[in-house]
Amino acid sequence: MIESISIAPEQLKHEPPTGWRRYFGFSTDHKVIGIQYLVTSFAFFLIGGLLSMVMRAELITPESDLLDRSLYNSMFTMHGTIMIFLWIFPSLVGLANYLVPLMIGARDMAFPRLNAVAFWLVPVFGILLMASFFLPGGTAQAGWWSYPPVSTQNPTGNLITGEAVWILAIAISGVSSIMGAVNFVTTIVRMRAPGMTYFRMPAYVWAVLSAQLIQLAALPALTAGAVMLLFDVVAGTAFFDPERGGNPVLFQHFFWFYSHPAVYVMALPAFGIFSEILPVYARKPLFGYKVVAVSSLLISVVSVLVWVHHMYASGTPGWMRMLFMFSTMLVAVPTGVKVFAWVATVWRGKLRLDTPMLFCLGAIMMFVFAGITGVMLASVPVDIHVNNTYFVVGHFHYIVYGTITMAMFAALYHWFPKITGRMYYEGLGKLHFVLAFVGTNLCFLPMHLAGLHGMVRRVSSYDPEFAFSNVLASLGGFLLGMSTLPFILNMVGAWVQGKQAPDNPWRAIGLEWMVSSPPPVENFEELPIVVSGPYGYGKSEPLVSNEAALKPH
Amino acid sequence: MDSSITSEPSIQPVLADVAHDHETHDHAGNSMFGFIVFLLSESVIFLSFFAGYTMIKLTTPDWLPPGVEGLEVSAPTINTIVLVSSSFVIYFAERALKQNKLVQFRLLWLLTMAMGTYFLVGQVIEWRGLQFGLTTGIYGGLFYLLTGFHGLHVLIGILLQGLMLGRSLIPNNYANGHVGVDETSLFWHFVDVIWIVLFCLIYLWQ
Repeated sequence: MIESISIAPEQLKHEPPTGWRRYFGFSTDHKVIGIQYLVTSFAFFLIGGLLSMVMRAELITPESDLLDRSLYNSMFTMHGTIMIFLWIFPSLVGLANYLVPLMIGARDMAFPRLNAVAFWLVPVFGILLMASFFLPGGTAQAGWWSYPPVSTQNPTGNLITGEAVWILAIAISGVSSIMGAVNFVTTIVRMRAPGMTYFRMPAYVWAVLSAQLIQLAALPALTAGAVMLLFDVVAGTAFFDPERGGNPVLFQHFFWFYSHPAVYVMALPAFGIFSEILPVYARKPLFGYKVVAVSSLLISVVSVLVWVHHMYASGTPGWMRMLFMFSTMLVAVPTGVKVFAWVATVWRGKLRLDTPMLFCLGAIMMFVFAGITGVMLASVPVDIHVNNTYFVVGHFHYIVYGTITMAMFAALYHWFPKITGRMYYEGLGKLHFVLAFVGTNLCFLPMHLAGLHGMVRRVSSYDPEFAFSNVLASLGGFLLGMSTLPFILNMVGAWVQGKQAPDNPWRAIGLEWMVSSPPPVENFEELPIVVSGPYGYGKSEPLVSNEAALKPH
Repeated sequence: MDSSITSEPSIQPVLADVAHDHETHDHAGNSMFGFIVFLLSESVIFLSFFAGYTMIKLTTPDWLPPGVEGLEVSAPTINTIVLVSSSFVIYFAERALKQNKLVQFRLLWLLTMAMGTYFLVGQVIEWRGLQFGLTTGIYGGLFYLLTGFHGLHVLIGILLQGLMLGRSLIPNNYANGHVGVDETSLFWHFVDVIWIVLFCLIYLWQ
């Protein structure tokens, strides 16, 4: 009966273009789109990284001597915007694009064309954002959060300012994200293979689902705020202008109602990556799988109730601070559950310290540190003291680099054989890990000290008493920059002439490892029939009942 | 229910059927599901605007611009009645299509479009008669932002309806399903519900 299932003829008739050319066209294959996302976002990661190294060069000395102050404003604004909207978001979406259909046993996303459109918007708004460097007044300079009244200033008097272009770019990014979110949620809810119940989905898929639900529920608030800000900037309305009855704090509400949950949109897939990779290299099932899965959803629920903790110093009344302090600290519960589960997964396992595992373990260590400083920042008295200092900068870089970007590297190494069909070079991978781990800590740990002593962020000069921390941070920053070189060499070199990878080089359990490397266009010859939960390490139950039929004969 | 599911031979055919369903993809079902997800997300934009409106209205001492008494309610009320009734008309249009009464569908569908257009024209006439503009303080900005953003949705709804009407002229186009029509209709109900909230907030709560 099962053998009689065959691919519908119309699915076979259009032969896709092969070779490198398909990566530059309008492909609707989720795997091609995933790679397009990953490569595009990595290019922007390099640009954002170069900007940060210029800033670190400026900050080696206390005086503002390397850059013009307004250029420095442009630098940190663009660095933040690029890293968030053009590196972390699209790279995680790209990875999810590649993996989710494979992991749930689908042939593609629910809406392949929408998927391709969502991807192609990324280079569009990326180039738009870059183009704002050439405007008469330069790029936006109000930081990535674009608070009015700073963002509504228009000293050049032009209609098209860096700020207007910035808002437009963010709007396009938002459209792309919503398209992606609708696609992911529909795919995960409706395209799972037979037998793939919710509690048989890998924890990574749970994390992606939770993250994309946040996008759907919270991103529209930023859209609303951005529309109003655009009118204020371009048409002269008074939404955020207190002199004419407007309220600048309202923008902060709109912005953080999205942008705090956005942190979990970025972090949840990273958590999912940890949950996928640790069991493979520890040869043990993920500890407390169901609880880990549900904790992702819990994080997304709590995440939309915490945004005012960014606004303790914005005239927020005391009772509101109390409430949001409480709700913010509540986030530590489901995340703590996850960390506990990861530690318990690794505990007494047969550890294999390959590059992906090293990146995972390093990232979890730094995440624990970032979580501790996160709870400190949630506490009102501490936050009032370190508000707008380098303590905050250090904290969130431990999240966005130490946790998320490191997780991204772990994922890229782990799934590289699957994606390309080649093995990466282990030695270069380990070198990358050492440089990145030392660089991250050297760069961002001293920032905490400087911040506790009162060094204000977003200023190109500082009091000489902070010089030592800043020299350390700058050295760490340059080391981080260097650390990407072995990575690039590794990825390009291995893709071109690496050793042929087997279908399942890590002896991992998961649907994506049951097909060839790289997987064929339609992923599965026959759709898998899932008969057990994920992470069956050390157990003898099969994952699917038709494993032999998944690959072409 | 767990790992033993396919070791039961009697379940095998059922699973094969399920596999077949997955293989053929329920495109219409996916499309509708995705569209509902999108509408839920879209409603958050309106909720944000409503929240912002409420917050500013409650905290601003000089809410109305100088010289403005308030909004005239009677013409917008008629507009509201027309728009809300069109939701019923579009429901009957959809039902006619389900019963394959294509002519009746087109007539009712056209009536919906006409009612939507009446609403939009009424909105523009109201705008032109007002003593304040987009940049007149916070009140003008919020009024035009909310009504304008909603009006944009009405316009998109009418354009979608035009598209669906055009598709109905292709012979047998809706013979094997009409998820586009269902989605357009759902969108129209959505636009209607948003308007009812908006009407209460802006016109009734002055």
